[in-house]
Amino acid sequence: MIALREVTKRFGATVALDSVSLDVPPGSTHVLLGSSGSGKSTVLRLILGLAAPDAGTVAVDGVVVDAHSRDRLVARMGYVVQDGGLYPHLTAVDNVTLAADAQGWSRERIAARVAELAGMAELDAATLGRYPRQLSGGQRQRVGLMRALMLDPPVLLLDEPLGALDPIVRAELQDQLGQLFAALAKTVVLVTHDIREAARLGRTITLMTAGRVVQQGTFADLVDRPADPFVRQFLTAQTLAASAAPAR
Amino acid sequence: MRARGASALALLAALWAAPAAAAPDGVIRVGSKSFTESYVLAEAIAQVVEQVGEARAERRVGLGGTGLTQRALESRAIDIYPEYTGTLARVILKDPALDTVEKLRARLEPAGLTVSGSLGFANTYALAVRSEQAERLGLRTIGDLARHPELRAAFSSGFLERDDGWPGLRARYGLGLNRVEVMEHAVTYRAIASGQVDVMDVFSTDGQLERLRLRLLQDDRHFFPDYSAVLLARRDLIARFPRTWNRLREVFEGRLDGARMARLNAMADLDGRPVPEVAAAFLGGGAPTAGGGRWPALLRELAGLTGDHLLLVLISVGAAVMLGVPMGVAAARYRRAGQVELSVIAMLQTVPALALLMFMIPLFGIGKGPALIALSLYALLPIARNTYAGMMAIEPTLLEIAWVLRLGRLRRLLRVELPLSAIAIMAGIKTAVVTTVGTATLAAFIGGGGYGTLIVRGLALDDTVTILAGAAPAALMALAFHALFELLDRAVIPRGLRA
Repeated sequence: MIALREVTKRFGATVALDSVSLDVPPGSTHVLLGSSGSGKSTVLRLILGLAAPDAGTVAVDGVVVDAHSRDRLVARMGYVVQDGGLYPHLTAVDNVTLAADAQGWSRERIAARVAELAGMAELDAATLGRYPRQLSGGQRQRVGLMRALMLDPPVLLLDEPLGALDPIVRAELQDQLGQLFAALAKTVVLVTHDIREAARLGRTITLMTAGRVVQQGTFADLVDRPADPFVRQFLTAQTLAASAAPAR
Repeated sequence: MRARGASALALLAALWAAPAAAAPDGVIRVGSKSFTESYVLAEAIAQVVEQVGEARAERRVGLGGTGLTQRALESRAIDIYPEYTGTLARVILKDPALDTVEKLRARLEPAGLTVSGSLGFANTYALAVRSEQAERLGLRTIGDLARHPELRAAFSSGFLERDDGWPGLRARYGLGLNRVEVMEHAVTYRAIASGQVDVMDVFSTDGQLERLRLRLLQDDRHFFPDYSAVLLARRDLIARFPRTWNRLREVFEGRLDGARMARLNAMADLDGRPVPEVAAAFLGGGAPTAGGGRWPALLRELAGLTGDHLLLVLISVGAAVMLGVPMGVAAARYRRAGQVELSVIAMLQTVPALALLMFMIPLFGIGKGPALIALSLYALLPIARNTYAGMMAIEPTLLEIAWVLRLGRLRRLLRVELPLSAIAIMAGIKTAVVTTVGTATLAAFIGGGGYGTLIVRGLALDDTVTILAGAAPAALMALAFHALFELLDRAVIPRGLRA
């Protein structure tokens, strides 16, 4: 359970988040939708404890995220960023096993978990032996996901995980991610600017602009009962752009 | 790899330091200053020590001046070296009234030092001009210079500053030369021979005077004090090795007149005979055991100095890595304190290397120890600065992910930050190694050994071959290190980061 209560966050004079509230029930997938600069990534950083709110509270499983609790709470979270955020000096598999190593897992246990995750992410041993720069964008993203899932955290936070990928790979990975989230029953918060991705992956969606929440609900809610003109504008702009694009 | 490297360095340091560690029994450490006569006399002392067989002789020659030899004697880094009564009275004891050996000896006794009787010659300061110019301008005495203020003078730094040097001389004779420069003797000889300089300070027993057709100007107002050569030694040397001391006095006291000393100096300076050979000629024993001509002797010496130089570089850069990398890391962690820290290191770097070496003397004495400390300090900046730059260049997201993955500070440092900074750190180490190979040649000025020993001696003997014998291998070593570190990059820089 992730809960934001009237959270405000400023960076200097800029208001990144303006009294944002949000509930993500355990085991569900929630999408933060918005164009860049809308504050959606800041929400993830607050949940992780990488930033602290200026007002309001962020709580994970009933524990408020602060300087004292964040080290403990982060153990329950996996974090995936755009293009994987992999360490360029480590092979894919070394990236994946880094956290387990730090936790003192045995070799056998690590190998078993890597095999399990590799099957899930559809990556073979040869690919996992390569360095990030030798991998395709899609492969890097899968490795990033494997790394986030290595310790099997109950919460998964993804920041534009498919942002750097071309449309075909993107669509394919969206389907796989959807299945994965369903199978794993994790609490997922996913940040994206792509409506199709939001529609495909999110059980509930929060549409944000300029640090404010515009509307929360299912994709159908957003389409059928837009809370204000911006929602419609945002939806149609992207849909038009997509239909104007050449067929994929 | 890091741990192994560190312990290997420590072992090297230990092995190397062992023979040089605090005065072992049965060793007499012979010092000298860095001019020909001092080298020759010191070598002769060392050979006598070896002949008597009461103690082993260790040569710590070529020290860069009276302050250094004095400090070395007080700190037991040397036991004996050739000195001059005038210098003892004026520079060391600062009492010009001490004008006999007996008075000097009485004054030195409470300080635990003593002097031999006069060796028989005085090596006083004198002013020299080219003979043909002296003829042309009618220069016979120092006073005659007053009529020619246009003459260009170049004096050694010691002479220029000492009361018994230029300041006093100028006052006594009322001289007013328009152009007075500071220049080291070895350089001045070339300059005066080629007419770029007209007047220089010389030592009256200098071997070059005859060859370069220089004339000494008479000191008709008796300004220059008596500079009789003596052996200056620690008193405990006499107590520990009485036979050696007695033999030294037999061999040296009253046995060298000025003409003979000038000939010995000329043998080294002009004929290019190795110092051990010249010393042996004085002692009447023919060539010493090492014989076999100049080149084999030089090569043998070079082999030893190469090891010396290599260790100077490896140990000082090794220490600078062990200190500089953590300092760079700390600077990146604590930004404000880091800026202060890096500024202090940068300031150290602005101190001229030679001056930094000199600063070490009051703190750590002379020899390899202080040289290593100075060189390490000097190598610190490129390493600390590049480590800092490498750490600061890491993408912040990668560090945040390290925290989310709960790597812990140490693991994050070792597995993420240092590897990601490896290229920058290695570049810093390469810079440090190559510059240290060069800077280490200056260690010889404070008795630190290495290739600089040949350069200092070559300069003192005005011997280009000897200078090159030190300078060329240093350049080669710098190249070799550069090549070696290019190879080492492969081992240290993670494959994923290499282009």
